[in-house]
Amino acid sequence: MREQQIAYVDLSTGDIKNEPLPDNIRHMYLGGRGIDVYLLYNHVKPGIDPIGPENILTVSAGLLGGTLAPSSGRCHIGAKSPLTGLIGSSNMGGFFAPELRLAGLDHLVIKGKADYPVYLWIDNGDIEIRDASHLWGKDTIETPVMIRHDLNNEDVKVICIGVAGENLVRYANVLSGLKNAAGRTGMGCVMGSKNLKAVAVKGNHDLSIAYTEEALSYLEQLMKLIRNNAIMKELSQYGTPTFQKMMDLIGKLRNRNLQRNQLVNGQSLYAENLARFSAGMAACFGCPVHCRHRYQVPEGKDKGQWAEGPEWSTLGAVGSEVDCLRIEAVLASNYLLNKYGIDSLDFGSMVSWAIELYEKNLIDETTTDGLKLEWGNEELIYEMAHQVAHRQGLGDILADGPKRAIDRLGQNTAYYNIHVKGMSYLHSDDRMAPSHALGVATSSRGADHLRSRPGSDAHLLPQDTRDKLFGFHVPDMTAYEGSGKLVRWQELIYAISDALGVCKFQALFMSPSVIGYEEYARLVRHVTGMEMSAGELMKVGERICTLERMFNNRDGASRQDDMLPDRYFTEPTPAGPEGMKGKLIERDKYEQLLDEYYAAHGWDQEGVPIQETLVQLGLDQEPSHII
Amino acid sequence: MSKMLTVDHSKCTGCRLCEIVCSAKKTGSVNPYRARIAVIRWEQACVDMPMICQQCEAAPCMLVCPVKALSMDGELMRVVVDYDLCIGCRFCVAACPFGAMSMDPATRKMVKCDLCDGEPTCVKFCETKALQYEEMGTASARKMRATARKMLESMRAA
Repeated sequence: MREQQIAYVDLSTGDIKNEPLPDNIRHMYLGGRGIDVYLLYNHVKPGIDPIGPENILTVSAGLLGGTLAPSSGRCHIGAKSPLTGLIGSSNMGGFFAPELRLAGLDHLVIKGKADYPVYLWIDNGDIEIRDASHLWGKDTIETPVMIRHDLNNEDVKVICIGVAGENLVRYANVLSGLKNAAGRTGMGCVMGSKNLKAVAVKGNHDLSIAYTEEALSYLEQLMKLIRNNAIMKELSQYGTPTFQKMMDLIGKLRNRNLQRNQLVNGQSLYAENLARFSAGMAACFGCPVHCRHRYQVPEGKDKGQWAEGPEWSTLGAVGSEVDCLRIEAVLASNYLLNKYGIDSLDFGSMVSWAIELYEKNLIDETTTDGLKLEWGNEELIYEMAHQVAHRQGLGDILADGPKRAIDRLGQNTAYYNIHVKGMSYLHSDDRMAPSHALGVATSSRGADHLRSRPGSDAHLLPQDTRDKLFGFHVPDMTAYEGSGKLVRWQELIYAISDALGVCKFQALFMSPSVIGYEEYARLVRHVTGMEMSAGELMKVGERICTLERMFNNRDGASRQDDMLPDRYFTEPTPAGPEGMKGKLIERDKYEQLLDEYYAAHGWDQEGVPIQETLVQLGLDQEPSHII
Repeated sequence: MSKMLTVDHSKCTGCRLCEIVCSAKKTGSVNPYRARIAVIRWEQACVDMPMICQQCEAAPCMLVCPVKALSMDGELMRVVVDYDLCIGCRFCVAACPFGAMSMDPATRKMVKCDLCDGEPTCVKFCETKALQYEEMGTASARKMRATARKMLESMRAA
């Protein structure tokens, strides 16, 4: 395998240089999210302004990116987050990362700020900073088309920001294709702050494989495993919206902000109803699951509406959370948000917060510029998308994200905003699932499920199978005991998926019977020739999670930032079947869970890694070289 | 009976596994741009189309080859390159209406799909069966039946 290459691009000076990544660093962090946090910890000084030129943006392929590992197209983007002020870390599918590797690069470190709008053109490893003045103001669908036209090359892969990123919406995202979004932590805002509209890449270098025949036959074997898994079959047919029905039936959805946990007549948002508009499925690079669904609305007032998506999270954000139950309206909102480059999860949560504040008379029409904020009003959602993207009216306040918006609207509004560390909570209501809630609250990037959520059917396995799989006692979903260990265990493997640059939808995130540590270890061996045991991979996962924790701590985070929204402790779930209804998180038990979770990681009671942990993980010398 | 490689564009998800495994099989490395098959994607139109050598009967590549390096292998029904004869003039690239003839940038040899000697790797890895390797006549029979069913439905509806 060739050495991994990092390209450093300084937009202030125009300096560009390439450097190989030392072998020992590759062994310690693999690639993707792992190398990202290593670079961020060394290049981002504590206390800097995330939207100032001192921030850096990393764009990374994983160690297995673009190879014979199934679904190895994930791209990881990092920076200090303008939303949380802590680590920014966001991951997307598509085709960009493999193309970056084919161009001979694995990581980009983008520094400084350009004097005028620019985009990067990476032609087989040669990097050019090009004028993007004509692209400024264009949406994420027009931008790649115009860039391909500029470069006279239809095969160029592009990541770009929309108007929201340009206008420094704190949760602006980065898009590739119609809907692959590095959605969370405001990476699009960082690009906007650097006057960086897009990065385009094309490459045709070989990606060498250590043991090609073995890797091919192992890929065949893994595809069979994936094909025979019931959840993968569902994903292949419906994509992630397939989860909506189950989550509604068990009362695990945010509805009307967090006032309800189950929809009233929510069947219209179920995958079967969405499938009426299906125009087939699409896949990311090298993925047999093809969970991306394409749709087209053939008739009615939304006739002609087409695109990809929405994911279940978007269905939640602009469907269940805001109580908008007309599926065509959800499609339209999804399209708008992608076009503008706005993270749907933050958007949905901020808008439902505003509607509840209006309902409770905590804000009135002087704040909303005369708009009446009501549940289930699709025109309001479209209007807010426009306003947020262009930072107009109430949208300007909501575009600031939870912390700053609370400061602007008053501390009496804080209780109603469902966020952790300044990033909005997703569409799921986890008051009955302590392990889910703990995972969301302790996630290094702010409220998020993709960092540690246990496989969706993990809790349904027989007790002994479950305990064997995790190597310790894992109780049912509503129990506290063992949740701290479980969250830590899942965190490590998701960190590995993100560092290898493969999709966690085929890993334990979705189902315990697909790809786990042993399979990852074999893939690493076949593809790169590196010998790493499952245990060593797990240690890499621990290293990544711990260094992210160190990044956050250095910028002032502590135990109190791992707390759930207050409402989780005070209001029981009003609906749902037995065992799910009347549930809330008990504060003292949650504090105990935090202790258990920190201890499992080797961190002290404030969430600070102890010296022994640092030494064991080889982190005691970090930051090692740059600051 | 002879088999042929058929493509059903409507089933293609654009995952490019065919390109990935083809390049790995043929070159030992992953490089979609050295694969014998290519998936063309129109992102904005939500369309993916795999493009591959059609193994034409009256193959234009064969017809224009000045040194007769290309010929029809009757057994596997495929157009093959005789590398002892090929002079690398690239006339075949110009003549092929499908873009299926190319010069490998690394080896500087003419390359094309050789159906992996009767076991096409791309077919093995095509999850949705957009690519199939089947007896001649099977594909058309399948299509006839599908269209006949549609006609039957419309006749019943009428």
